[in-house]
Amino acid sequence: MKPAAFEYHAPRTLEEALGLLHEHQDEAKVLAGGQSLVPAMNFRLARPSVLVDIAHLPDLDRIEATEPGSVTVGARVRHLDLEHNTIGGPLGSLFALTGRWVGHYPIRVRGTFGGSLAHADPAAEWCALACALDAEIHCRSASGSRSVGAGDFFEQMAFTTCLEPDELLVGVRLPELSDSCGVGMAEFARRWGDFAIVLAVTAVERDGDSIAGARIALGGVAGGPVRASNAEAALAGRPATAGTVAAAAAAAAEEVDPTGDIHGSADYRRDLVRAMVTRALDQALK
Amino acid sequence: MIGESVLRLEDQPLLRGEGRFVADINLPHQLHMRIVRSQVAHGTIESIDAAEALAVPGVAAVWTGADVAAIPPIDFRQVGADQMVPYRQPILAQDRVRYVGEPVAAVFAVDPYVAEDGAEAVVVEVSGLAPLLDAAGPLGDFDGRLDTEAYVFTEKTGDVDGAFGRAEHVLEADFSVGRHTGVPLECRGAVAVHHRSTGTLEFLGAAKVPFQNRDALARMLGLPPSGVVLREAHVGGGFGVRGELYPEDVLVALAALRLGRPVKWIEDRQEHLVAANHSRDQRYRLRVATDASGVVEGLEVEFVSDQGAYVRTHGATVATLAAAMLPGPYRIPNYRVTGRVRLSNKTPAGTYRAPGRYESTFVRERALDAVAAALGIDRAEIRRRNLIGSEEMPFERGVDALGTPVVYDSGQYEMMLDRVMAHIDYRALTDSLAERRANGELVGLGLGFFVEKSGLGPFAGSRIEVDPAGRVTVTTGEASVGQGFETVMAQICAETLAVDLDKVSVVHGQTDQMSYGMGAFASRATVMAGTATHAASVALRRRAIEVAAEMLEASPDDLELVDGAVRVVGSPTQAVSLGAIASSLGPASPHVQDRPGLVTEEWYTTSHMNYPYGLHAGVVALDPDTGSVGIERYVIAYDIGRAINPMLVEGQIVGGAAQGFGGALFEDFSYDEIGQPLVTTFMDYLMPTAAEMPELEILLSEDAPSPLNPLGVKGAGEGGTNACGAVIASAVDDALGRPGAVCSLPLTPERLHTLCRSGGAASRV
Ligand SMILES: Cc1cc2nc3c(=O)[nH]c(=O)nc-3n(C[C@H](O)[C@H](O)[C@H](O)COP(=O)(O)OP(=O)(O)OC[C@H]3O[C@@H](n4cnc5c(N)ncnc54)[C@H](O)[C@@H]3O)c2cc1C
Repeated sequence: MKPAAFEYHAPRTLEEALGLLHEHQDEAKVLAGGQSLVPAMNFRLARPSVLVDIAHLPDLDRIEATEPGSVTVGARVRHLDLEHNTIGGPLGSLFALTGRWVGHYPIRVRGTFGGSLAHADPAAEWCALACALDAEIHCRSASGSRSVGAGDFFEQMAFTTCLEPDELLVGVRLPELSDSCGVGMAEFARRWGDFAIVLAVTAVERDGDSIAGARIALGGVAGGPVRASNAEAALAGRPATAGTVAAAAAAAAEEVDPTGDIHGSADYRRDLVRAMVTRALDQALK
Repeated sequence: MIGESVLRLEDQPLLRGEGRFVADINLPHQLHMRIVRSQVAHGTIESIDAAEALAVPGVAAVWTGADVAAIPPIDFRQVGADQMVPYRQPILAQDRVRYVGEPVAAVFAVDPYVAEDGAEAVVVEVSGLAPLLDAAGPLGDFDGRLDTEAYVFTEKTGDVDGAFGRAEHVLEADFSVGRHTGVPLECRGAVAVHHRSTGTLEFLGAAKVPFQNRDALARMLGLPPSGVVLREAHVGGGFGVRGELYPEDVLVALAALRLGRPVKWIEDRQEHLVAANHSRDQRYRLRVATDASGVVEGLEVEFVSDQGAYVRTHGATVATLAAAMLPGPYRIPNYRVTGRVRLSNKTPAGTYRAPGRYESTFVRERALDAVAAALGIDRAEIRRRNLIGSEEMPFERGVDALGTPVVYDSGQYEMMLDRVMAHIDYRALTDSLAERRANGELVGLGLGFFVEKSGLGPFAGSRIEVDPAGRVTVTTGEASVGQGFETVMAQICAETLAVDLDKVSVVHGQTDQMSYGMGAFASRATVMAGTATHAASVALRRRAIEVAAEMLEASPDDLELVDGAVRVVGSPTQAVSLGAIASSLGPASPHVQDRPGLVTEEWYTTSHMNYPYGLHAGVVALDPDTGSVGIERYVIAYDIGRAINPMLVEGQIVGGAAQGFGGALFEDFSYDEIGQPLVTTFMDYLMPTAAEMPELEILLSEDAPSPLNPLGVKGAGEGGTNACGAVIASAVDDALGRPGAVCSLPLTPERLHTLCRSGGAASRV
């Protein structure tokens, strides 16, 4: 468990970092918190010959309200800072609710929001949150910049995104949620701090006693985070009752197509989807 | 001081970061070893090409099986038998590989990174053979001549057939316990150096059984035992796994001899999970004969132990212990057991905390629950009816374990049952659980009674020496795997010599410091080395008073030992310190009798083990949506005769229980159909963390001191682990209202979820 040899760079400016990525292309890897990349290198599952450490790049560590109605999270904002954010409102609550499920405390101290999205573990909490809220992901390269919706950012294959080898994820724009929105998060893992077997992130817009609209994203059931759109449809315009929740949870369990591994078979994951969607919706509607 | 929860002497250096574990040891010019391991579960080695590896700059040597063909396989340290001899493991695979992880080549290089680069470049071609993954299924071929059944044995006592003939009820059941093991925080490691100046081979990083490993290494390498020195450093956990002699240890020692440079090897976690001993993995078939009142008259057991690919140092220890200890605290006058040690294409197995007992307690307690359910008798009551009475002690079981007859030395089993029943308020607790179940909760209580074994002989020695400054050194050939051995030895010595604890140093696990030693296993260190240290302390005290009497010209009867000095009773200014006594015992001193110095050495020998016992009671709450088991409450009562340091005993129990829960609910080495291990990292090998641990309620008792040693002490290492599987299973049955639902461990969430959904009373997992 010793990594293969590599060259290490710690650029001080964004331009320098982008230049290095451009120069080395797929020989290079961005190093953010290192909580996924370093273990993978130690196992020699990843063997970049060049590491570009973004720890010293200015400005990527902020959570900012850049324009009205949205919040932008810099790529190297740490999990822990999102868990203890000062964003306020339902969006702030959702970050807090979700953040505490990401690994263990020491991992949250080091790991970054951008790193989690770029790594794209199918059971990552932040990926599901970004998917639920249709986050807009800002990418930069030496040749330009672009913004990609979460739906297009995650490929439906584990650990795969649309990022090009020379692209850096710089920030993520999320819509603020209205005060009539309830949020929920439920996850099942074998132990506290493990990657989820199944997780559900929900945001539900209330209209009095009924539901105006809902967002539900699931982790652990596909190659990447997925929206449970049939379940969302089963909620929209319906009364906020246990029956509605049960119907939505059933729809979610029906529409996913998980594959099994040693921590849970496909059928088991399907049953967990029902349970986690129920719990996350109950929380959002409380 | 004995009986007090003093803080650990060991913790000072450890907490300051001054500990010295094997990985902390570096010698000038050392090479690092990296093992190339088989990627295939079973196959014939066609070729190994090391050319590319040898071309990596910094790689000094690459060895394959051919280079070490003259080195014999690793011998049994315990419970060997002639028929198992062909199944021992060579230090590098010779022509067949038999499990994923088996060492096939060793690369030596200037640093661990380069060694790993070199290992990657070794090309091993294997032509696959069908792997055998179900040891309880049909036998397979081991080497073209022998099949995969390495050892079969039967133990019996009484008239089993007669008992079944007379029985009112006969019950049959199958049970199994999965594959898991001890996973110490510190992985294995070794540093060896051949001192050309003295001809001595020094091996650093030994653990658990340094003397036995010294002898084995000397034999294998053709050296005299006096030419090999093993040294134990700090050890980060043993659990049965760490410290046995493994192929890597022998390779490191051999390489130091052959390459003429120090050689270091530090195992990584991924290696540990496929290369260090696995354990458990047993399947049982039971028949139980009872009378009308549920008293077990006869028990017949057949079981298979999946030994993995080779028989390692423990020989048939695990299976033997499982068989001998299975009847536990119950009278069961007629008992017959047949154990089969069978090979498979998985990592070889050995002992792990409560070896054979974790499994057999699960099986026995499941069987008792089954009898209770079949006869409509309360689960506590069925146990009470079968417990061995204190008046029957010492109780001869009629079977042997580890070469000695099992004779329970002492026990107040019913008193313990009463104490736990009172502590948990059994009636009220079962009523409240019944009420919660009526309200839809899945909650239940489980009980598990057991007898442990400890203090394995045949000997331990202790030498105590006082230096002119009054510092006391206790030297033993026994070992510390991190359990607080130094503290306990120091407590025993300091109390007897009336000195402060911090005046005592304890030396252990250094083969050049003592002529004989055994080590830290089988909950033996405190019992055996403690008894020897006690005897040596008493002798030293006597000697100190004798010499002081001469120095003070007083009668020994008028002297007392207080605060590190011998003084005249009633006249405290007339005193000589232990240091002054030691000073006066130079070789030419007139005070010298047999040997100079203030020093004594005592050896404690015994052919009997002693038998602590305990009772676990646990309450679980199930989540049917996810299948997870929450442990709401867990009580462990344990009687070890005498607790030298109750805090350390509690530590042993808590840590042991965590491992017990791991085997019950989390840890499982699974394999796919071609024998690839599916669990090779901590992402998949799930040990419980603090978050999964319930608060434990520990009831330590000293009702039944051991009559076999003057302190009355029994071992404390394994009682926390022993009954966890049994109790979780029993509690889950109770929560589901389905006796006998849980027949195998681990009870993963998915399996429990399936069980919750398949409502039928007959469904089992
Ligand atoms: C024991 C353990 C438990 C864990 N449990 C969880 C869990 O429950 N849930 C969870 O979500 N995660 C978990 N993690 C992973 C953790 O959250 C990581 O922090 C996260 O996956 C990656 O973030 P990082 O900043 O550490 O990225 P790194 O490890 O540095 O990088 C990860 C990958 O992303 C790329 N990358 C990083 N930043 C950028 C960027 N700005 N632009 C382009 N590419 C980039 C890297 O090149 C690399 O390929 C766990 C990790 C450990 C060790």
